[in-house]
Amino acid sequence: MKLWLARQRYLIDFTLASLARRKTRNLGLLFVYTVLVFMLASVTLYSHALRQEAARVLANSPEVIVQRMVAGRHDLIPPGYIEKIGRIRGVQTREARLWGYYYDAVTKANYTFMVPAQGAPAGGEIIVGPALERSRGLAKNNGISFRSYSGKLHTFVVADVLPQASELVSADLVLMSEESFRAFFDYPAGHYTDIALSVANPLEVRNVALKLAAALPDARPILREEVLRTYASIFDWREGIVLALLSAAILAFGILAWDKASGLSAEEKREIGILKAIGWETGDVISMKFWEGLLVSLTAFLLGFVAAYAHVFHFAASLFGPVLKGWAVLYPRFQLTPQIDGLQVATLFFFTVVPYAAAVLVPIWKAAITDPDSVMRG
Amino acid sequence: MIELSAIRKAFNQGRENEFWALDGIDLHIEAQKVTALRGPSGSGKTTLLTLVGCLARPTEGRVRLAGEDISGLPERFLTEIRRRRFGFVFQQFNLIKGLSALDNIILPAYPTGQPRKQLLERAEELLARLKLGHRRAAKVEWLSGGEQQRVAICRALINDPELLIADEPTANLDSHLAREFMAILEALAGDGRSILLSSHDPLVTGSEVVDRLVEMRDGRIVDDR
Repeated sequence: MKLWLARQRYLIDFTLASLARRKTRNLGLLFVYTVLVFMLASVTLYSHALRQEAARVLANSPEVIVQRMVAGRHDLIPPGYIEKIGRIRGVQTREARLWGYYYDAVTKANYTFMVPAQGAPAGGEIIVGPALERSRGLAKNNGISFRSYSGKLHTFVVADVLPQASELVSADLVLMSEESFRAFFDYPAGHYTDIALSVANPLEVRNVALKLAAALPDARPILREEVLRTYASIFDWREGIVLALLSAAILAFGILAWDKASGLSAEEKREIGILKAIGWETGDVISMKFWEGLLVSLTAFLLGFVAAYAHVFHFAASLFGPVLKGWAVLYPRFQLTPQIDGLQVATLFFFTVVPYAAAVLVPIWKAAITDPDSVMRG
Repeated sequence: MIELSAIRKAFNQGRENEFWALDGIDLHIEAQKVTALRGPSGSGKTTLLTLVGCLARPTEGRVRLAGEDISGLPERFLTEIRRRRFGFVFQQFNLIKGLSALDNIILPAYPTGQPRKQLLERAEELLARLKLGHRRAAKVEWLSGGEQQRVAICRALINDPELLIADEPTANLDSHLAREFMAILEALAGDGRSILLSSHDPLVTGSEVVDRLVEMRDGRIVDDR
């Protein structure tokens, strides 16, 4: 074992010296390889972090939301509807909610107006999200006017600004009291936008939904897990689009690696012949080239991955962010929580390091089994 | 030391361009002697050296090393024998460009896994002996022809082989450097090392250092004295 280790150390020494001897070529390859790993890792890290963020944010949302449907469209919840739900086993709380969208012609963006279940501001006051604070230059105690859909101008005072931590979902949020909301949208008394139900046991959620569908045939129960799944598939789809676009780069790298691997220069072939003639075994030559492939691909993988980590978690993925986040006029500004998934890293490692190492080894093996006497005839 | 019996070696066997480079060689190479193979180009000298040095296997016949038949051994064992028992000085020197003289010298010892310190000490000894100590860190492509050959000799001796094999060692040297090489050869022979070389340079074949001269032509031995 000690002898084997000493041999491997010598082979690595020789490999490093060989890499240094062909500096320009190897640095070029390392650069292209690193950029490729960087792009792939950026996309996967960012998408994974977004999925996790969405899951984290939705963790506090209600398990079931009930919407009333008329002609297949979302309609208001009429008075007395909540009582119709009656008592369903497993449902902890029922809460009728008020919320709606408002188009602001000044910023050309949509805001979400909402009445919070708790901590609603007083009449005439609003609490705004951080993106609104930026786009309209608002601060605490500032006044702001919105023209309602009926044409009336409503003036509010900003009571507070929501914290940045929740910006991914609260960027465009405007919180107000029930009376302000109803007055602004001319919302009929006793009507609500939807109903939120909380279910303690996650295994009961589907049963509750079935019972709801039976009790209220004109209602549509939306489950939190379905929303999560939708988010996941949206981010998966976007990740797929970016990876499809990157496939050209991956292919180009594949061609480059294959060219390097299969196109052993006459000088390299000569060196292999010399090494064999002076007492290196075929296995030693293959091990040496294996170390070369591993050192190049491992270095590229580490550099690319660390650069991607910094890009995603410290520079907000500025290269791919807009495609992966989705479109919005009011882009939320948020810091993703650094997340590294072991399986994801392993997959990335497998698809970048292993093919390269294999592509390098096959032609080397062919060169390494040539007869050592060729150098005598050189 | 090495015994060759009824050796034949073919290239491109079974094809239209089949060629027999050696055709019935019987030869006993003695230990602690300098043996020279002489003959014109194409006489089979280099092919014979590759068979003795375990760089290739004969098509027919037997090669015995210290009584043991090694002609049918798998490549791995032949490599092991080659590394431990033979040192090579090639006609073109065959040094690895971009590496220093010292790194080139210790290359054959890498697969042995010997401690680096030990290797470096031995390499330094050889460099000093061949008056090359001051060039140890120079890349081999910066060295003169004579210096490159001395590095090649050091490399051939790093594993302390029993037999030094040199193929046309003076072919790329001027007369002055060729004489220097013969002086080195004499010193090595004086240590009791066995040497087998091929040459058609009279400076080598006519030298007193050479104990035995084997004349070859068309793949056969035509004279042995």
